[in-house]
Amino acid sequence: MTFADTPGFVSERVDRGETTVIVEPGSLLEAALHLRDIERFNFLADVTATDYLGWGDKGLAGYWGNASGRDLNEPGSWGFHALPDCKPSRFAVSYHLLALRSRPRRVRLQTWLGDGEPVASVVPVWPAADWFEREVYDLMGITFEGHPNLVRILMSEDWEGHPLRKDYPIGGEPVRFSDAE
Amino acid sequence: MSGPAPRQPSAAGATSLEEPMQTGSPFATDLALGPRIYEGSQIPHPIPTILLVAPEIEATGDVLTVNFGPNHPSTHGVLRLVVSLDGEDVVGLRAVIGYLHTGFEKSMEQKTYWKAIPYAPRMDYLSFQQQELCFVMAVEKLLGIEVPPKAVWMRTLLAELTRLHSHLIWLGTTGLELGAVSIMWYAFRERDLVLDLFEMVAGVRMHTRYFQVGGLAEDIPVGFEAECRKLADVFPRRVDEYEDLFDQNLIFLERTKGIGLLSAEDAIALGQSGPMLRASGVNWDLRKNEPYLAYPEVDFDVPVYTEGDVYARYKVHMDEMRQSTRIIHQCLDAMPDGSWIADDRKVVLPPRNELHTSMESLIHHFKLVTEGFRVPEGEVYLPIESSRGELACYLVSDGGPRPWRVHFRAPSLSALQATATCLHKSLIADLIAIAASLDPVMGDVDR
Repeated sequence: MTFADTPGFVSERVDRGETTVIVEPGSLLEAALHLRDIERFNFLADVTATDYLGWGDKGLAGYWGNASGRDLNEPGSWGFHALPDCKPSRFAVSYHLLALRSRPRRVRLQTWLGDGEPVASVVPVWPAADWFEREVYDLMGITFEGHPNLVRILMSEDWEGHPLRKDYPIGGEPVRFSDAE
Repeated sequence: MSGPAPRQPSAAGATSLEEPMQTGSPFATDLALGPRIYEGSQIPHPIPTILLVAPEIEATGDVLTVNFGPNHPSTHGVLRLVVSLDGEDVVGLRAVIGYLHTGFEKSMEQKTYWKAIPYAPRMDYLSFQQQELCFVMAVEKLLGIEVPPKAVWMRTLLAELTRLHSHLIWLGTTGLELGAVSIMWYAFRERDLVLDLFEMVAGVRMHTRYFQVGGLAEDIPVGFEAECRKLADVFPRRVDEYEDLFDQNLIFLERTKGIGLLSAEDAIALGQSGPMLRASGVNWDLRKNEPYLAYPEVDFDVPVYTEGDVYARYKVHMDEMRQSTRIIHQCLDAMPDGSWIADDRKVVLPPRNELHTSMESLIHHFKLVTEGFRVPEGEVYLPIESSRGELACYLVSDGGPRPWRVHFRAPSLSALQATATCLHKSLIADLIAIAASLDPVMGDVDR
């Protein structure tokens, strides 16, 4: 089974039994429509994004050692066996699709975005994308163009920053004390 | 409704996107049973999750906007519904979530895989072992590790016990919300029996952390089988008792039948899964359609109801409890002997007794606890059928000992997306029954 005729097709990979189809961000909406109407993936199970900032570097992700192997200056460091594959861009947005029928199939539609780069919303294709995309926007800061109601969903409306980005610190939230005023 | 939908001639459907969503063909499935619940789609347009007040109703000036929650006693947890009312009719609805957002996904990125496991069950705190199972199985898929049969069968058994636990709480609280107080005492009586079994197995009653990457944390305790069989023997009769309380109760029937309608196509379009989907007539259950664990080897039925209303969702929950009991019986009968965890010293802690005699085991133990095990690079999406539907873990590994990205596909989040559709033209009195029938667990929704 090949997805090479998907609009904006970049590459396809089968890993651990899961098919990933990577498309150009500009033709995501056409690719989504193609997968829904021609390949008949009627069910959008999930939309999620991953931040690859610092992928393969030391530190940020919290592994020991660095990309070149074990770091002797850090006790207990345990570097990589092999360098992880380079990623084309900072963010990957993944759409997990399911053909919900008697012979089910699954595919992961993926597109790669730079920082601040928007992508088209798939709410017109699968209504289920509404809250999933709002969650990605809220926690990862990716803008979905054409989303009917792109506002924060989990964090409060006046929250600054996007917590799931790798450069967002853990536990570093400013606290305002009343006696300081 | 049944049968494949006609193929769309081309993918360039940009013009059709301008119109309101046509759910005729794209969301049809050959798994849908029964007649159409309603024609076309009731999903609000343009925002699928918000019911906007129609301008002509707004113009009357009689619309009253009320906040249900976030601390309303009848909303399963901290769910806020902003409801616009015209008399008793619900004319507008907006669900607001996020009050229980805890940042579990971010926290799990900072922990080794070993230490990240306890976060998973705290999301959907009612089906905690299924959450644990989902995360552990995703790690195992990345590792490519083989799980011994005893662990597979025990995991199946415990996943079904968790389903009983979750459905019992759903039943108790839903009854309570509809004014049927007594059912809660019955449901919580049996829930306690289930928790006793968890305590016996893992030492704690909830959030057991009994599933380990590679198998189970401990062997099955002596006497568990007898105790579990006692529950499984008595349970179907208890389900009959619950049904006696509800199915002959006119008030309950009138408050649940024919309300909160959701058609099969709308349910698929809105990403519904689990009991929501099966109550809308879609014969879909991951345990049957994409089997995992020992489910291909056990005999059970998938309850499907075609009415798509609150009552159908109640019936699906009741029947699933009976089917879970059947699975539990079969797991107890088939439980194999042998090891409960894989023998892979680079992933699994060595047996305790070896630590006193073997230097290598001591080193492995130390390295695994302090640094964790490394998981090969890759990304997986692992779906399982939890009590509320498709629960999935999306896991990205960079080859190090901590997950690069963990994401959980929350079935409750999808279920809540259907509130606006289910509440189409309903009365305020039905709102609580409909919201309860979606079975949201806010810890799962907000994570």
